Amino acid sequence: MTANSRYKSRAPRAEDGEEKDYVGFATLPNQVHRKSVKKGFDFTLMVAGESGLGKSTLVNSLFLTDLHKDRKLLNAEERISQTVEITKHTVDIEEKGVKLKLTIVDTPGFGDAVNNTECWRNVTDYIDQQFEHYFRDESGLNRKNIQDNRVHCCLYFIPPFGHGLRPVDIEFMKALQEKVNVVPLIAKADCLTPSEIKKLKERLREEIDKLGIKIYQFPDCDSDEDDEFKRQDKELKESSPFAVIGSNTVVEARGQRVRGRLYPWGIVEVENPSHCDFVKLRTMLIRTHMHDLKDITSDVHYENHRAQSIQTMTSKMNADKRVESPIPILPLSTPDVETEKLIKMKDDELRRMQQMLQKMQQQMHEQDL
Amino acid sequence: MAANDGDVFAHEEKRNLELGGHVGFDSLPDQLVSKSVAQGFCFNILCVGETGIGKSTLMNTLFNTTFENEEASHYQTEVQLRPQTYDLQESNVNLKLTAVHTVGFGDQINKEQSYKPILEYIDTQFERYLEEELKIKRSLFNCHDTRIHICLYFIAPTGHSLKSLDLVTMKKLDSKVNIIPVIAKADTVSKGELDKLKIKIMSELVSNGVQIYQFPTEDEAVAEINNSMNTHLPFAVVGSLEDVKVGNKMVKARLYPWGSVQVENENHCDFVKLREMLLRVNMEDLREQTHARHYELYRRCKLEEMGFKDTDPDSHSFSLQDTYEAKRKEFLVDLQHKEEEMRQMFVNKVKETEAELKEKEKELHERFEQLKRMHQDEKKNLEEKRRELEEEMNAFNRRKVAAETLMGQALQGCSQPFKKDKDKKNFFSLPSACSLTSGRNLN
Repeated sequence: MTANSRYKSRAPRAEDGEEKDYVGFATLPNQVHRKSVKKGFDFTLMVAGESGLGKSTLVNSLFLTDLHKDRKLLNAEERISQTVEITKHTVDIEEKGVKLKLTIVDTPGFGDAVNNTECWRNVTDYIDQQFEHYFRDESGLNRKNIQDNRVHCCLYFIPPFGHGLRPVDIEFMKALQEKVNVVPLIAKADCLTPSEIKKLKERLREEIDKLGIKIYQFPDCDSDEDDEFKRQDKELKESSPFAVIGSNTVVEARGQRVRGRLYPWGIVEVENPSHCDFVKLRTMLIRTHMHDLKDITSDVHYENHRAQSIQTMTSKMNADKRVESPIPILPLSTPDVETEKLIKMKDDELRRMQQMLQKMQQQMHEQDL
Repeated sequence: MAANDGDVFAHEEKRNLELGGHVGFDSLPDQLVSKSVAQGFCFNILCVGETGIGKSTLMNTLFNTTFENEEASHYQTEVQLRPQTYDLQESNVNLKLTAVHTVGFGDQINKEQSYKPILEYIDTQFERYLEEELKIKRSLFNCHDTRIHICLYFIAPTGHSLKSLDLVTMKKLDSKVNIIPVIAKADTVSKGELDKLKIKIMSELVSNGVQIYQFPTEDEAVAEINNSMNTHLPFAVVGSLEDVKVGNKMVKARLYPWGSVQVENENHCDFVKLREMLLRVNMEDLREQTHARHYELYRRCKLEEMGFKDTDPDSHSFSLQDTYEAKRKEFLVDLQHKEEEMRQMFVNKVKETEAELKEKEKELHERFEQLKRMHQDEKKNLEEKRRELEEEMNAFNRRKVAAETLMGQALQGCSQPFKKDKDKKNFFSLPSACSLTSGRNLN
């Protein structure tokens, strides 16, 4: 009651007549905004690709921090038979009161060894692990402080030196397409002229379509959005995969200090849309689609994983009657087990009901007495 | 006398003589040059690098022409080599250029076998030359020398260092061919990064014992320039065939939104240095090195494998002919030996089989005898039994006849009772007799 009155007082009193029809839930977005600012956000970003393609530099440029100080880079000899590691860096950054807990998952060693068979195994295992973890947390009894460590987005760096996708790229993306949102990027795009970039993007789009690789698709904007937004959205979709350039250094160009790379023949500005698609990537990743990435991770990838997980568990349980379900789940519709379980449930219910009845009768009895 | 002359020539000291006038043999180099120009030169380049790294473009830029080539796909299951031969001419010098490119290098997921096709190709070219050399009727001056004179190894500009595949491949190739490493697509590496990268690459090569081609510094004419070039290895190159207007000239360059990379500008990349070194200064040296060092090494290994030695245990020098003869004899002796062995084996086998067969025959005989004996025994038994049976039958018949006569008598004088008793007795005796016989029969 008090809440309503509080909001009512803030309602626009354009005309007296309108005040009667104004309920006040139009302020819900504000409430959501406030609550979310207080809670803070978290985002887990994975970067994958061969060494030397500029992953760390790009992450630094995206979030305008220096995440990787004192990195140890291996020699070629050491990398001949290197395995893929998974490293995590977590930072808390804040902007205008909005807190973001950013986790960057790096995959050093990917594609570096001479024999790269199944080098994505560690990566897929890591993602599955995070899903498992969340699954257990979600099914636990105390769900107050669930930490969401699931990977929300995977940026895959494609080298610009080739003619298109290489076998290792295809295998990796195929292995990960069902588990995480894969966003392919063309790395080190300052080695391609604009016409070459166009050709390469077309090539990549064609190959991705042909091979049926499911990369992250931007959601279609609603038809009632304004034209500016629609145009932006269309541009975004047409420039996928993004050709990016990253830089750790600030240079002076056209009288301004910008992030860029200094060459004898010119200066490449990272944030210049005509030089590369870095701005588009940043807009997409951080400014507009971050939450959509999280939603798809939890609605699609995580649910798939959960369903599969439960299926394997119940099939195990069916095979061995003594295994108890470690988490509370509803029975699946398998013909053999369904009726049995139903009967069991109904029996339990009946028993409980009877017990309750008895107790009530006793109570009544005592009261009468 | 001839022997003495030979000795005299061997021990005579060489003296330097002064010339009184101009003789004219200073034109020898010119004669050589005109001869080789008439013959034409041949040069073979091998380009090793990942698909799409710019090998074909660099070749085109180096020789200022468009060699035909198709874009390779990334999905080759094995590394292949694609040789192409061209005839070029520049101011009356003919050059037969063979450019060999690797197709599919670095694309496979498992790259452990990637270096093998390259090694095989190089060895095949050496083998072909060796065969030609060892022929009886040979035409070395006419034959097309396909041995690889130079291998340009294209390193991807990842910015950190060599890739593991690069290191492994270069180690395998450095004893077979002259390697010059180049950093491809160098317009993606800024100046500071480039210096660091070059230092890192060279230090890795040195620490792993990879011998790349060093430009020769003995000849004074080119020593200085070669020396300085040696410090600029690996060359950072950019290739392009497109003409771009810079200032008021048309130059070969790559046009970017932020500027244009001029291929022939020494500040932008090392293309000019590479062209100088490769084509204008050291081409002949490369061919010499291939022949004198790499080919000789290959030849020595191959011949040693075949069993030839330069000196035998008694340290007399062998001539090739003697070695051949010795080998031939050895081979024939070996052959005879093997024949003997085989014959021996055959004879042994035959004997063995014969012995076996004989034994089997004996066995069969024995069995036969045994069976025969058994048969006879059985027969005897049966005969005995028959006799007994007949006797009994006779006995039975006699009694039967006796009983009948008695019965007949009994019927005639039926009032006499003790005859009945007798009969009865006889009757009783009959069955008893029968039972006796039957008892005996049972026995």
